[in-house]
Amino acid sequence: MIRAERLTKRYGSTTAVDSLDFEVVPGVVTGFLGPNGAGKTTTMRLILGLDSPTSGSVTVNGRNYRDVPYPLHEVGALLDAKALHPSRSARNHLLALAKSSRISPSRVDVVLDMVGLTDVASRPAGKFSLGMGQRLGIAAALLGDPPILMFDEPVNGLDPEGILWIRNLLRSLAMEGRTIFLSSHLMSEMAQTADQLIVVGRGRLIAADSVANVIGGGQGTVRVETPQFRELATLLESNGGVVSYRDDVLEVSGLDSRRVGELALEHRIVIYELVRQRESLEDAYFRLTESSVDFHGAESVLSGGVR
Amino acid sequence: MTAVARFDRGTVPHPTTARGTYWAAVGAEWTKLRSVKSTVWSLVVTVAITVGLGALLCAAIIARWDKLDPIDRLTFDPTGHSLSGIFLAQLAIGVLGVLVIGSEYTTGSIRTTFSATPRRRTVVVAKATVLAAVSLVVSLVGCFIAFGLGQVILQGKHVGVSLGDPRVLRAVIGGAIYLTSVAVIGFSMATVLRRTPGALAALFAVVLVLPILSNALPSPWDKNVSKLLPATAGESLFNTRPSGDLLTPAHAVFVLALWVTITFAAAIIAVSRRDV
Repeated sequence: MIRAERLTKRYGSTTAVDSLDFEVVPGVVTGFLGPNGAGKTTTMRLILGLDSPTSGSVTVNGRNYRDVPYPLHEVGALLDAKALHPSRSARNHLLALAKSSRISPSRVDVVLDMVGLTDVASRPAGKFSLGMGQRLGIAAALLGDPPILMFDEPVNGLDPEGILWIRNLLRSLAMEGRTIFLSSHLMSEMAQTADQLIVVGRGRLIAADSVANVIGGGQGTVRVETPQFRELATLLESNGGVVSYRDDVLEVSGLDSRRVGELALEHRIVIYELVRQRESLEDAYFRLTESSVDFHGAESVLSGGVR
Repeated sequence: MTAVARFDRGTVPHPTTARGTYWAAVGAEWTKLRSVKSTVWSLVVTVAITVGLGALLCAAIIARWDKLDPIDRLTFDPTGHSLSGIFLAQLAIGVLGVLVIGSEYTTGSIRTTFSATPRRRTVVVAKATVLAAVSLVVSLVGCFIAFGLGQVILQGKHVGVSLGDPRVLRAVIGGAIYLTSVAVIGFSMATVLRRTPGALAALFAVVLVLPILSNALPSPWDKNVSKLLPATAGESLFNTRPSGDLLTPAHAVFVLALWVTITFAAAIIAVSRRDV
């Protein structure tokens, strides 16, 4: 369990994390979503005690991370896979970590095997590919067999095989009852992996809910294919719908699919296809973060001067 | 029991005393130190320079011994001369001290280190312990070999001394203590500055440039300032002839200890206050 209470971090005049409240609960995968610069990595650094909060607090199993003597047994984290000495071998990198946390050296071979790096364990970690580096970072996170795992952009730059591997690993770790907290900017990835979502923008909490509720929060659209598209568009608009169309396919929002079907029947309009379209996580994400993206272009440059 | 129950709490299967964390960190730092090639190389270079340069300088003075002033022959210090490779070797061991933590900041692995052991002061003390222990052992080896080889060469003109002679053993061990101090001072500077190049510049400025600058001061400031520098303290330790320009051994140890303590205290304060 990770709990943040009014967690705030300022660097000079910049507020990276602004009064965040959230809980990451065991047994599910919690996704941490937000545009670049939203404060996701800073939040993770605060959780790990690498940075100290300006105000507020964040605890891991009820304790400040820096008060835990051997935290690798409680939290395994992968923030930056390149945060290692490039000329040290993968095995020695893990061995040093194991020793610092009183973990048996035999566990090093176990985690190397879990991530499939046994054959290259004596090679310098700096020579690893992106995917191998990521696997090594995950091996380090798993070293203490921790109940909480935290990954910052774990699938970044991985090939499809690597992505699938991580997705399955996260699922099985969550099934064992572990707390999984991962950030990603890949919405499709989150939709497939996460159960719960914490959405942030400009350091502020935008939403903390299940994936289903976040997606359900917005209205879906209805897609209609009809030869009488002009007629139907006028009809739907006069009944409160918002219609856009390309060729003979209409995209309708503001009306549900039943109402569209009924209206078409009343006015004897032929319909070839009528599809209810759920909002994708991507749409929901953009809807939620619309007002909090740092770079909107010229508009925010102008308002930046006013602030 | 559901699977969830198993992970309700972290499981730390051992007592967690501060001393336990310290020794765990020492084990980790020892593993790190020995598993990087640059460490091994800087230690090899330290010994090679101490021994090689010392032998070279001894051979050089023997070659022109007969042409030397009688005064120079009288004031010749066989021990100090055989150990003068230290002047260059201090740079090699200083680099090691800087790299021990500088490379962690440069590569970002310090974040991995502090995530595993959030008691940062414990990490810094453990790193310094391992660095000092390894430096001392290697410096002792280098200084004893340099002394032995130097005396064999100097014996060509029958001016060699032995370890049993007055002040000689103190000088050889003193040389190793000086080299160890330089390593720890470099380590502390790198911890404060968090950058390898900056720390190297700062360390070399203290051990190489400050002595030259202090010589440029008007008398008596040149001597007075010089006596506060670690390099002068080191030289006083590994020479056996008392001289007005040098310090007594006790005074020299005090000056060195002061430099080590002040820079190390700054490192401890910096590391516990700052974000990583």
